[in-house]
Formats: sequence, structure tokens, C-alpha cells
Amino acid sequence: MNNKRTELKVSAIRNGTVIDHIPTESVFHVFKILNLDKTKNQVYFGTNLDSKKYGKKGIIKISDKYFEDEEINKIALVAPKATLIEIKDYDVIRKENVQLPEYVDKIVKCFNPKCVTNNQNVTTSFKVTRDHKGNMKLYCKYCEKTMSKENIEFV
Amino acid sequence: MSKMKGRSLISITDYTKEDILKILDLAEEFEKNPRQNILNGHVIASLFFEPSTRTRLSFESAVQYLGGRIVGFASADTSSVKKGESLKDTILTVSNYSDLIVMRNPLDGSARFASEVSPVPIINAGDGANQHPTQCLLDLYSIRKTQGQLENIEIAMVGDLKYGRTVHSLVQALSLFNAKFHFVSPESLKMPSSVKTVIKNAGLEYFQYTELSDVIPFTDILYMTRIQGERFPDPLEYEKVKNSYILTNSMLEGSKETMKVLHPLPRVNEITEDVDDNPKAYYFQQARNGVYVRQALIAAILGLK
Ligand SMILES: [Zn+2]
Repeated sequence: MNNKRTELKVSAIRNGTVIDHIPTESVFHVFKILNLDKTKNQVYFGTNLDSKKYGKKGIIKISDKYFEDEEINKIALVAPKATLIEIKDYDVIRKENVQLPEYVDKIVKCFNPKCVTNNQNVTTSFKVTRDHKGNMKLYCKYCEKTMSKENIEFV
Repeated sequence: MSKMKGRSLISITDYTKEDILKILDLAEEFEKNPRQNILNGHVIASLFFEPSTRTRLSFESAVQYLGGRIVGFASADTSSVKKGESLKDTILTVSNYSDLIVMRNPLDGSARFASEVSPVPIINAGDGANQHPTQCLLDLYSIRKTQGQLENIEIAMVGDLKYGRTVHSLVQALSLFNAKFHFVSPESLKMPSSVKTVIKNAGLEYFQYTELSDVIPFTDILYMTRIQGERFPDPLEYEKVKNSYILTNSMLEGSKETMKVLHPLPRVNEITEDVDDNPKAYYFQQARNGVYVRQALIAAILGLK
């Protein structure tokens, strides 16, 4: 699989997960969402890499780790076009686009300062919805306010 | 009634059309016979983390007419909340002493959270700017009572439609009943798009106006709300519009014979006092209906009816 080598510009990993096509500015958000700042696995990342499709992109590679779909799909909030690639013995065993999850718990702050989640010890929980124009929105289970992508702040 | 038994009521959307109709039917029963000793031996907690005398008295008289007891507080000043107790701890503690908790709290979403931690059901008596489902139910009761039905009502909502939580809940509920909506407000206080989406998703229609007189000839219900000066970013704009949304008795000429004026109260000056004697004024009866609706809810949630 020759194209694999060109695709994986940052050093190749033998086993693990590659997340490709991350907007460069979202690489550190993805780090946070996946708790990569706390992992003991080897992590490689690159930003401002050339991408045919998107101009500039970021990439993250985590050795010896595979994620649950539920976990990895959270990154769709900041990297909706990201590709998930799973590697075993240098071979791609799975490749697919991340999917927006149905619910987003814990990782996002509610934008409403009067929301109970910002004033008491309450874990946030949002339902992922779309408006009539197809834009992604997060609906707070508690204060019932709907927030758009621009207002997303991570906990 | 079993579907409501043991279940909290936080948001009007927690109830199906069928649930709503059951509560209204039951409220009708309580209107005919409000004094029943069915709550004998029951304790209801009434936790008002912010004062709301009207709502609190309505709940408390609903309980008392049914022979129940009330424990609780009327404002956060007199409670342990002032000492910094978390909402969770207050709810867990009070749930030891009561069969049901009625809660008013200034934080949006506090009632949903309380219902998640509480072993006893919660009735939301207002969570900040979010929901006030018992107000919504008493509005629905008043509409049905005065119009003979809830289906196919034309309702005009007037005033602060942007921040007014009562009108938002009422739109959500009436969308189950094929209503036609007419929204009258200044440009800066128009109905939010999230609420209009509810109407569109229900396949219904709404119309927007800036003139109150435009809707009076045809509407079945004229739902008035308060416009607060502090909602306007520009005080000059408030000065310009503040008198355009005041209903006077003479304006009701030419309205439908069966039309009724509703208001969640308290009013400031948006309905002049000369309207009060017009048989179309219904806001004080509307408030009384709140007692029957709350009796119905408490009885249903405790599984007593
Ligand atoms: Zn919220």
C-alpha cells in the first residue's frame, strides 16, 4: 500500500490510531477531547501540513491505542472532516470519517452563564441537533438553550 | 393517571398531548370540587430559592385545599442555601422530609438537575428564564375553558416575545393542538427562531406584527405580556415603543364576541384598568385556574387520582 506512506508524513506508527484531516487550529482541541495530554502512549502530531483537499491540515498519531467510536466521535465537534485510521503492523485495518455523536457529555461548557451547569457541580450534557440550514447545534439538556458552533467552549 | 405517577414535571415538553389533556380534565374536576381531603398525611416541600409570592401561594393553597401539609422556605435568605449548601444537598435533604418537592430557582436548568438527584418527584415552579410548566398548564386550561376546546385556536401573543418564557412554553404546548400563532412585538423583542422552528416542525403557521391593533379583530385569545425597559439595549427605543403595546378597553371594540384577554400577571401598565370590567378580561380568573391545575398535578403525580 504505497499511498499509505505518502499520506502518513509524520513518522509512521506500527500499531495504533491516526487521526487525519484535522483543521490545524483544532489539533490541540482534539488533544484535549481525547485526553492525549494525559496518555502514557507515544503521540506524534503535525500541524500546517499540506493537504490536497483542505489546504492546511493537522494530524495526530497515537501508538498502541484504539478508541471507542463514542470517544473518537466527540472530535467531530472541532474536526468534522477528520478521518480515523487504525493501523496494525503498518497496515490500515480501518479507515472512516468521524461521525457527529448524538449526545455530547462532559467535554463542552454551556454558553449560558445562568445555566445550572455553570453554577453548581453538574456535568454538562448536550443533544446534537441541526437547524433548518443544516448547521450543527448543541441543545443543553438542563437550560434547554441551543448553542451554535461558534459558542462551543471546552471544559 | 398512572403515567404521571412518580414522574417529575420540569418542562411542558415532558408531557404528551394526552398527559396535558388528562391534567386539564382532572383540573376541571377540582374546579367543581376543590376541597377534598386526598392529601391527608402527605407532606409537600415548597422550596423557593427566589421569591415568587403569586406562584408560591397558588401551590400552597392547592395543597391546603387538599388537606396536605407544607414545609419549605419562601426565599434563599432564610435557608441553608445562604450558608453555601449545594442544590444537590438541599434536594437530597428535603426529599427525606417530603413526598413531592415544588421548586423555584433562579438558575436555568436547576429543576432538571434537581429531578435527577431527587428520589421524590419535582414540580418545576420556574427555573430562571427557562421553564414554568404549571403556568403553561393553567394557560391551556384557561384557553380550553373559555373557547370550549384547545384545537384550532388563533392566539395573538403580545409584548416581549424574545425573553418571555411563558409565551415560549405556550407555543410549544399549543403546537400540539393545531393553533395558529400571531406574534406582536417590537422589532428587537421578536420570537426567537428556536421557538418558530417548533411551529414549523409541527407543520403550523405563524405571522408577525408590530401593531397590536392588527390582530384584535380576529384572534380568539389575546395573550398580553410585560415589556421591561431593561431588555432594550437602547433606552430611546424603549421610549418609542413602550406605549404601543398597551391594551385599553376601547381597543377591544370589534374583537370577536368570544375573545378573551389573558396575562400571566403581575401586570404593570400593559393592560389599563378600564379593561378589567370588560367581560373579555380573563386574567384574574386565569390566575384562579392555577390552583385547580396545581391540585390536579399534585394529585396525579402522587398517584391519588
Ligand atoms: Zn445550559
